[in-house]
Amino acid sequence: MPGKVLIVIPCYNEEASIPIVLQELQQIKLPGDYQMNVLVVNDSSKDNTSAVAKKHGAIVIDLPVNLGIGGAVQTGIIYARDNSYDIAIQLDGDGQHPPKELGKMINFHLETGANVVIGSRFLEKEGFQSSFARRMGIKYFHWLNRLFTGLHIYDSTSGFRLFDRSAITLAAANYPDEYPEPESLVVFSKAGLKIKEVAVIMSHRLGGQSSIRSFGSLYYCIKVSLAMLFSFIRKP
Amino acid sequence: MAKIQIITIVANILFVLYISRLIIKGKLREEYAIVWVICTAVLLLFSFWRNGLEVMARLTGVYEAPNLVFTGFIFAILIYLLHLSVVASKLHNANKKLTQEVSLLKEQFEKHLTKKE
Repeated sequence: MPGKVLIVIPCYNEEASIPIVLQELQQIKLPGDYQMNVLVVNDSSKDNTSAVAKKHGAIVIDLPVNLGIGGAVQTGIIYARDNSYDIAIQLDGDGQHPPKELGKMINFHLETGANVVIGSRFLEKEGFQSSFARRMGIKYFHWLNRLFTGLHIYDSTSGFRLFDRSAITLAAANYPDEYPEPESLVVFSKAGLKIKEVAVIMSHRLGGQSSIRSFGSLYYCIKVSLAMLFSFIRKP
Repeated sequence: MAKIQIITIVANILFVLYISRLIIKGKLREEYAIVWVICTAVLLLFSFWRNGLEVMARLTGVYEAPNLVFTGFIFAILIYLLHLSVVASKLHNANKKLTQEVSLLKEQFEKHLTKKE
């Protein structure tokens, strides 16, 4: 029996870019007879994201209250758990994560048996590499991650991620709300899940804004550092 | 009885009445009211017992009695603020769970509707 893959796209005001992403997804052929469904989690957008996504054939979940990226992704993960998907892949709705890299991530997961696969933009110097300040931040998080998880993860803030069954079960029950990417890695590694990175080529976002803007980047660093520390200390 | 004592006693009684009214109307949960009732009880005690503050200050070794009031109350307020942050965090989590459940249920419900049609 072929496995089921759920693509989880958390969205906030992305009516401009979401059609392009969904159209690209329709043309994708996944390896190994995987059956693919696309789920858009609309984090109470103020624009037409929900209707646009429905028109392009995605399953849409509308959150009545804005939960932030973590809560939105977790909703998608809960959906994946309840509908017994084998793999869930988080992909941003702003066109930063090219769907054509999905096959690479699934193959990598199948080859290595990693429970969590991160699509990383730093393993190879290709495509969009993002700004200097952001790169510095990512260096800092690399260090922090090594401290708390003992792993070499170069792109711990990347939101392009594959979760297998055990990662889905864990994240459905326990996933951080705000700026969840680096923190969730601590949670996963403490639970003994295998985390691996694979190089992907990312492009500039087509619309919308990063959830990390320059104004709040200091807050981001402090908040995530604290959250990672406490996730590390907390009993699983 | 000094004028200031009468003023504080009356103010205290009004405060207790207001808290009771809030509880009766269901606008304040009893568990949060406890702190406020205790606060008024302490204030009431010291408005009757005028020398109480001096006695307490001497007991704890504080030179200026009013400083004891400031220290004591600021500490109490800090603790209570922390308690409120805990309450807010709890509400935040509950809110998140509810939002997720509702949105997932709604999706299921709509799927059923379209199947029937």
